[in-house]
Amino acid sequence: MEEKLSITALNILETMLRIRIFEQELAEITPNKEFNCPVHLYVGQEAIASSVCENLTDQDYVFSTHRSHGHYIAKGGNLNRLMAEIFCRETGCSGGHGGSMHITDKSVGFIASSAIVAGTIPVAVGAALTAKRADNSQISVAFFGDGATDEGVFWESINIAALYELPILFVCENNLFSTHLPVSKRQANQDIGEKVSTFGYKVIKADGNDALEVYSKAKTAIEGIRRTHKPAFLEAMTFRWLAHVGPTEDLDIGYRRKKDVEYWRGRCPIKLINNQLIDTNKKNKDRIQEIEKKIKVEVADSIEFARTSALPSADRISHGLYN
Amino acid sequence: MEKDDSVFQIGVGINTPWFVGQTMNGLLDRFSEERMIDTPVSENGVMGIAVGAAATGSRPIVTFPRMDFMHYAMDQLVNHAAFFNYTLGGNLPIPLTIRAMINRGGEQASQHSQALQSVFMHIPGLKVVMPSDPYDAKGMLLAAIEDNNPVLFIDDRWLYAEEEEVPADYFTSPLEGAKRLEEGKDVSLVASSYMVKEAKEAYAELKKKNISVELIDLRSISPLDTETIALSVRKTGRLVIVDGGWKTGGISAEIAAVISADCHSDLKKPVIRLGLPDLPAPAAKTLESVYYPNSSTVISAVQHMI
Ligand SMILES: Cc1ncc(C[n+]2csc(CCOP(=O)(O)OP(=O)(O)O)c2C)c(N)n1
Repeated sequence: MEEKLSITALNILETMLRIRIFEQELAEITPNKEFNCPVHLYVGQEAIASSVCENLTDQDYVFSTHRSHGHYIAKGGNLNRLMAEIFCRETGCSGGHGGSMHITDKSVGFIASSAIVAGTIPVAVGAALTAKRADNSQISVAFFGDGATDEGVFWESINIAALYELPILFVCENNLFSTHLPVSKRQANQDIGEKVSTFGYKVIKADGNDALEVYSKAKTAIEGIRRTHKPAFLEAMTFRWLAHVGPTEDLDIGYRRKKDVEYWRGRCPIKLINNQLIDTNKKNKDRIQEIEKKIKVEVADSIEFARTSALPSADRISHGLYN
Repeated sequence: MEKDDSVFQIGVGINTPWFVGQTMNGLLDRFSEERMIDTPVSENGVMGIAVGAAATGSRPIVTFPRMDFMHYAMDQLVNHAAFFNYTLGGNLPIPLTIRAMINRGGEQASQHSQALQSVFMHIPGLKVVMPSDPYDAKGMLLAAIEDNNPVLFIDDRWLYAEEEEVPADYFTSPLEGAKRLEEGKDVSLVASSYMVKEAKEAYAELKKKNISVELIDLRSISPLDTETIALSVRKTGRLVIVDGGWKTGGISAEIAAVISADCHSDLKKPVIRLGLPDLPAPAAKTLESVYYPNSSTVISAVQHMI
């Protein structure tokens, strides 16, 4: 790995570790019932958000789903305000009105997440329309799962973005399942990228657990979008380690095998980039340890921040209905 | 499903225990994937497919594990399921059951909390029922399946812990008609679905305070049995309506309008309407606790009226 790439790779690994440690600590405290809000954890998929967002600026728009913590963190969202929102506190990024599935930080271009499957996909296309009219190099990015491509509104959005040549990157994180149902039980042609390509898209497929592969493919795609204003589609294959919702592994329900979860745990995206960095330069080992130490403090602080923040008082209930 | 082979179930997530609150347990084993169709996340398509199956001799039951996801299905439900038969001159009955669950609380926020009965009550061509007890839950669901129209059967997960002896055999209970649960002379109290449970608690508390409440369970929202309510109001002269949905333009507004016209000279006090404030559901538990009406809300409204 050349020096310049290794700096980028360290940045990506730092983001991945921030997401991993945040999610793992969150999983750890979820059973305490300090908050009731359901959480959809991103553990195992960190490479995708981290590597795509490494190519974005605060001016670029990002939209996400029910599984949004990773995207928010990768876009540079504030950890304290995220943890506080999950705890439904007044200091949360949505003032405690939304919880885990409804987060925002416009200051870094993380516009919104939604709990409705595919809900933010057309919205992200709308942001691309704004970007196109502003005629700068801004782009919009929609993150979503394979499940979202079951919805009609996904295909409507794909068509419109291509038709009007809008600067948007669609990022499909194909983790093989929509809750309990595998893609094979939901789609006649399971090659999502191939289907999208028939709309005239340049479709990029990547191993979603290989951060550097995602990074370089997303980089090429995003540079193309900025230059041409034409949309692109990235399908990254991955797997969620934990339950669809909550901190367990969902092994008791019978829709996935322990063997498969273990296989994917073995393909840990963090371990891969970590080893690549250490192979390049032994000194990176210490650097990574430093980074990890720093992040553990950040995450512990965010939990403390959330715990010591007040829940919204009753008079906040109407806040934000209209402007 | 045993009785009638044309009945099948379809919907997003129907074969997972966690989506449907254990209410489909064992059905997949008994009826196989052929009659228990767990679909892609494609609500509007699924709704339309059910309409088509119903138009051609099947009796589908479409389940929405949360009403919130029905917004995607609105076009097929309203423009097609509800209007087809009328618009096609009565030539295309749509014998369709839509089972929609209200699943709220637990800091799930606005998109995982909705109780949309009033939206659907507005749609001509749909029947909308909301049972409050196990007997009606079974009887009205079976009646909905037998009915030759689209019937929206709304069940509230906050009622899933309720227990009552119900006949083990097949039976139906009518899809229309309110039910007087308690006789009283001071105030008529009208509720539906989960709010009946809160209203029953209020009834018991108020009885201790010597306030005699006549309690009415709506059971059906469309058609709405205003006659049973009017009969009660002519006696009590006072009406409190409590609904688990938004207040503005909702069930309580409709009832209040009908009763103020039909019972104008009987009313001793203006009608009181209780419902959700006109806000999307907030997440934080402190806000949830002021957002949802409960038995205390009902008790103070009734006391205020007396
Ligand atoms: C319109 C709608 N239908 C159903 C659901 C319930 N639901 C929540 S997440 C989910 C699965 C989504 O799968 P995918 O898009 O692949 O994302 P992943 O959970 O795998 O990250 C479903 C069906 C929902 N939230 N919204």
